[in-house]
Amino acid sequence: MTEQVHFDSTEARLRHALLQGRDGDAVAYHGFLNALTAHLRAYFRRRLIALPDEVEDLVQEALLAVHNQRHTYDAGQPLTAWVHAIAKYKLVDRLRRRAGKERLTDPLDAVLENTAELFSTADGEAAEARIDVHKLLAQLPERQRVPIVRTKLEGLSVAQAAMATGMSESAIKVGVHRGLKALAALIKGET
Amino acid sequence: MKTDELVVLLATGVEPVERHPVGRRHAVAMGLGLIGAGALMLILLGLRPDLGDAVRLPMFWVKLAFVAGLAWASLLAAMRLSRPGMALAWVPAALVAPALAIWVLAAFVLAQAAPVERPGLIFGATWTSCPGLIALLAVPVFVAVFWAMRGLAPTQLPLSGAAAGLLAGSLGALVYCLHCPELAAPFLGTWYLLGILIPALVGGLLGPRLLRW
Repeated sequence: MTEQVHFDSTEARLRHALLQGRDGDAVAYHGFLNALTAHLRAYFRRRLIALPDEVEDLVQEALLAVHNQRHTYDAGQPLTAWVHAIAKYKLVDRLRRRAGKERLTDPLDAVLENTAELFSTADGEAAEARIDVHKLLAQLPERQRVPIVRTKLEGLSVAQAAMATGMSESAIKVGVHRGLKALAALIKGET
Repeated sequence: MKTDELVVLLATGVEPVERHPVGRRHAVAMGLGLIGAGALMLILLGLRPDLGDAVRLPMFWVKLAFVAGLAWASLLAAMRLSRPGMALAWVPAALVAPALAIWVLAAFVLAQAAPVERPGLIFGATWTSCPGLIALLAVPVFVAVFWAMRGLAPTQLPLSGAAAGLLAGSLGALVYCLHCPELAAPFLGTWYLLGILIPALVGGLLGPRLLRW
């Protein structure tokens, strides 16, 4: 009973924060990603008991996926289902890539699934991944790297970044958008 | 990079996302695909010469409704499959309904017809070219719908590819209706369906390769 209440309130709180974040509220969005990180870490850790080194990589890959695909969340659908589908997709995708490399048999059968469980546990310990987003960032072409560095690492607004770089505001926005997608693709290439 | 830093990076200066991206992307893709299919039909095949008379026949509209019903249901399926964790719910039933309806009609038509007329109702005059031409007209839509899905987040790749192919096939068939002289339900239930299923099969096979993200 209390678990169900906890689950419902987590779902409602996170959903609200994501919707606010989609409207451009960075504070709410930061809260959403932070809370989500803990749930994702617990989710992956439970499924990758044999591969603990992969957990944080997957957390970061899934976070980037959630961010890049946040426009595909329908406000009418349960957030748990949406996040769970992304987390599972990224988990399966990574296990397939591993299996392809190591010629293992398909390990997917070992992955137990329970949608509701995703928001019922959390693991808030901050951790470092083996993949280094900073290094991957350096591989991006300038028109994508510069906008990300200016707006996302230095914290400039789009207008300020446009001014500082001589790029147009739309070039900054497109650069950030495409750059984060390219980053997600690079992470896949690394593993 | 620590995960906390990545979270800060993602949240900093976050821009509002566009409204209705799934519907918009699919609408753009269908528009472009239909223009492509229409141009292909006009250049390679041409309108049926008696189109003016054909539109007065109820069966012409039954045929359009059959194909449009498939297109509508496969669009719903493609849109739902473009969102992670979205259930298909009743959409598979909506997909099967137009096919069942045309089969019931076909059975009725065949039962009414004299035995010597039956092969003509099934094979018409164009059964050898019909499925291939529908699949050909589906190509521009196929490309456009796959482009639309690649910008979204399908997680069930074979199924998503098949839905995209089904949408392409049924829109290709919709355009083909303006050229094709066949109106018999047994013909439609066989060769039209076959033509529509070719891109669906191709889509299902290519989905895992083309839709990965």
